[in-house]
Amino acid sequence: MPAAVVPERDLRLDLFRGLALWLIFLDHIPSNVVSWITIRNYGFSDATEIFVFISGYTAAFVYGRAMLDRGFALASARILKRAWQIYIAHIFLFAIYMAEIAYVTRSFDNPLYVEEMKVLDFLKQPDVTIIQALLLKFKPVNMDVLPLYIVLLLWFPPILWLMLRRADLALGVSVLVYGAMWWFRWNLPAYPSGVWYFNPLAWQLLFVLGAWCALGGAKRVRGWIRSPVALWAAGVYLVLALAIVLTWYFPRLAPLIPHWLAEVIYPIDKTNLDPLRILHFLALAILTVHFVPIGWPGLKSAIFRPAILCGQHSLEVFCLGVFLSFAAHFVFTEISNRVVVQVLVSLVGIVLMIAAATLAAWYKRVERRGSDSPPPGSRAGLAGGEA
Amino acid sequence: MKSIVAGLIGLAMCAGPSTAAQDSNPCGLAESAVGAVFPMPRAAKAIEQTGQLTVLVVGAGSSALPGPDGAARAYPARLQVALAGKWPAVKVKVITDVKPRRTAADMLTGLGAVLSAVKPSVVVWQTGTNDAVAGVDPDAFNAALDRGVTRAHAAGADLVLMNTQYSPRTETMIAVGVYGDIMRSVALHREVSLFDRFSVMKTWSELGIFDLRSAANKLDTAQRVHDCIGRLLADLLAEAISRRAGDTNKN
Repeated sequence: MPAAVVPERDLRLDLFRGLALWLIFLDHIPSNVVSWITIRNYGFSDATEIFVFISGYTAAFVYGRAMLDRGFALASARILKRAWQIYIAHIFLFAIYMAEIAYVTRSFDNPLYVEEMKVLDFLKQPDVTIIQALLLKFKPVNMDVLPLYIVLLLWFPPILWLMLRRADLALGVSVLVYGAMWWFRWNLPAYPSGVWYFNPLAWQLLFVLGAWCALGGAKRVRGWIRSPVALWAAGVYLVLALAIVLTWYFPRLAPLIPHWLAEVIYPIDKTNLDPLRILHFLALAILTVHFVPIGWPGLKSAIFRPAILCGQHSLEVFCLGVFLSFAAHFVFTEISNRVVVQVLVSLVGIVLMIAAATLAAWYKRVERRGSDSPPPGSRAGLAGGEA
Repeated sequence: MKSIVAGLIGLAMCAGPSTAAQDSNPCGLAESAVGAVFPMPRAAKAIEQTGQLTVLVVGAGSSALPGPDGAARAYPARLQVALAGKWPAVKVKVITDVKPRRTAADMLTGLGAVLSAVKPSVVVWQTGTNDAVAGVDPDAFNAALDRGVTRAHAAGADLVLMNTQYSPRTETMIAVGVYGDIMRSVALHREVSLFDRFSVMKTWSELGIFDLRSAANKLDTAQRVHDCIGRLLADLLAEAISRRAGDTNKN
C-alpha cells in the first residue's frame, strides 16, 4: 500500500490563516466597530473554521512528513511537545487575563450591573479557579481556541497514523465521531458548569478534513470542486446565508423567515460546529480555491506578505492577538471607546501582530544560518504547521 | 413609525391610544431596534373581553434597581406607567416575580405557581444573564426557555422574552452571545416576541445617549435606563397586541 503523498507547501494556507488570525483578533475585541468587516457578520461560519481547517492541513503536512521519515513514535512526540507548548501559552494568557479583569473591576460599582458583577465571584476563590483553569475546565471568554487545539493535537497521532495508510478510513472515523457527538450530545465538562464552548468532538472534523485534504484528498476531489455545479451551489448558498444573517441584524425582518425554515436551521450551533457552518466554510473554500489558484503570482506580492508572515507563525501571533484583544477592551473601558479610537486600536493591534511575526521569521532565519545542521523540527517551524 | 404604530393600535383597540407622552423621544431609538414582534392574541382578547391587562414580569437581578425607591424606578413599574398612558381605558397591572441570581431553569421551577396565582395575560421573561455567568449548558438553557413558553401559553398568557443587558465592562468576562442567540432562535421557533435589551442598550451606548461604561455608582443613569426600557417594552407590547395573527410581516 503506497503511503499518501505529502505535497509541496501552498502559500495560500499561510495567507488565509494569517487573515483568519487578524479576523479572530478583531472579533475578540468586544463591541469593536471594526469587527463589522469580519466574515462572521456575513454568513454562518467565521474565522475559527478557517483557522482550524488550515491548522489541520498544515499539521498533516508537517507531522505527516515526520511520521513517514522518522516513524510514529518521534512524530507523536513532536505533536505532544507542541500540545504542551500551547498549554503553557494558554496558562500564560490566563494569568494576563486575571490581572486585566482584576484591575478593570476593582472599582466597578454600577447599580445597573449588580447581577453581571456576580461573574467576579470566582476571584473570591482563586485556588479553585486556578486549578480549574489548569485542568482546562475554567476558560475565560475568548480563551477557548487554544484548549480546543490542545485536544485536537492529542487526538492527532492515531488519526495521522491511520490517515497515512487509509486516508478515507481516517476521515470516516472522524465523521463517525462527529455523528456520535450529535447523537449522544457528547462534550467535555466545563467549570463552573456547562460544557466546552468549542466542542472538540465536533471541531475535530474540520481539523481532520484539513489533514485529509493535505494528504491527497484535495487532489482527488479537485475535478468536483472546480465544476460549475459546485461553484454555483457554493455561490447560491453564500447568498442565502447572507440573507438569513441579515435578519439577525434587522430583527423586524426576522418574521420574514418561514416558520418551517427557522425550525430547521435554528439554532446554528457554534459549539457543536453545526453542519450549516461546515457547509458555509466549504462554500467559501470552493470559491476561494477557484478565484485564488495555487500558482497565483499575486501570492508573492508585497501586499500579502504581512498576512503570510502572520500565518506562518500562527501560535505566536494568535497568543499575541488574544492579549491585544484584552488590552483593547481595557483601552475601551478605561480610556475611550470613540469610533476613531476603536479603529486606531484595531490597526495598531494588527501592526503589532505583523511586527511579532516579522521578528519570529527573522529569528528563525538567523538561527538557521548560525548552525550548519538545522535542529530537528525547524523545518516544521518554517512551514508554520505546528500551530 | 410612531404614528403607524399608533394607527394600528387604534384599529385594534376600541379605547384608542394616547400618544401625548410620546411627543419627544427621550429614549432616542428607532422602534425597529427593539426586537422581533409576534402577535399576542391572548392579551388582545383579555383586553377586549375584560378591559384588563395583567403583565407578569419574571426576572432576575437586572429587572430590579437598588435603593429605597428602586421598585418604583425599575422597568416593571415604568412599564406599568407607560402602558397605562397608552390605554387609559384599560386597567393595567404589572406584577413582578423578580429575584436575583436565577437562571432560566431556576425561574422555570416556580413559574407554574406564579402563573396560577397571578393569572397574567402577558409574561415578560427576563433571563440569560445568570445562565451566561454560570456557563449553563446551552442545550439545557434552550430547553428551559422552550418549556417556559409552553407553560405560559398553557396558562393563557402570551410571552415576551427579554435578553441580557449590554454591559461593556464585563464583556470579556461573560459570554452572553450564545445565550442571546438561543433566545432569538426560541423566539422565532415559538413565534413569541423578543425584547432585544442587549441591542437597545448597545445602541444607546454607541450613540452616547447613556454612558454605560462608567464604573461609578450613578443611580440616576440606571433609573433613566430602566425608564426607557419600560417605555420601549410598552411600545413593543402595544404593537404586538395590536397585531392580528398572521399579520407578522406588517411594519
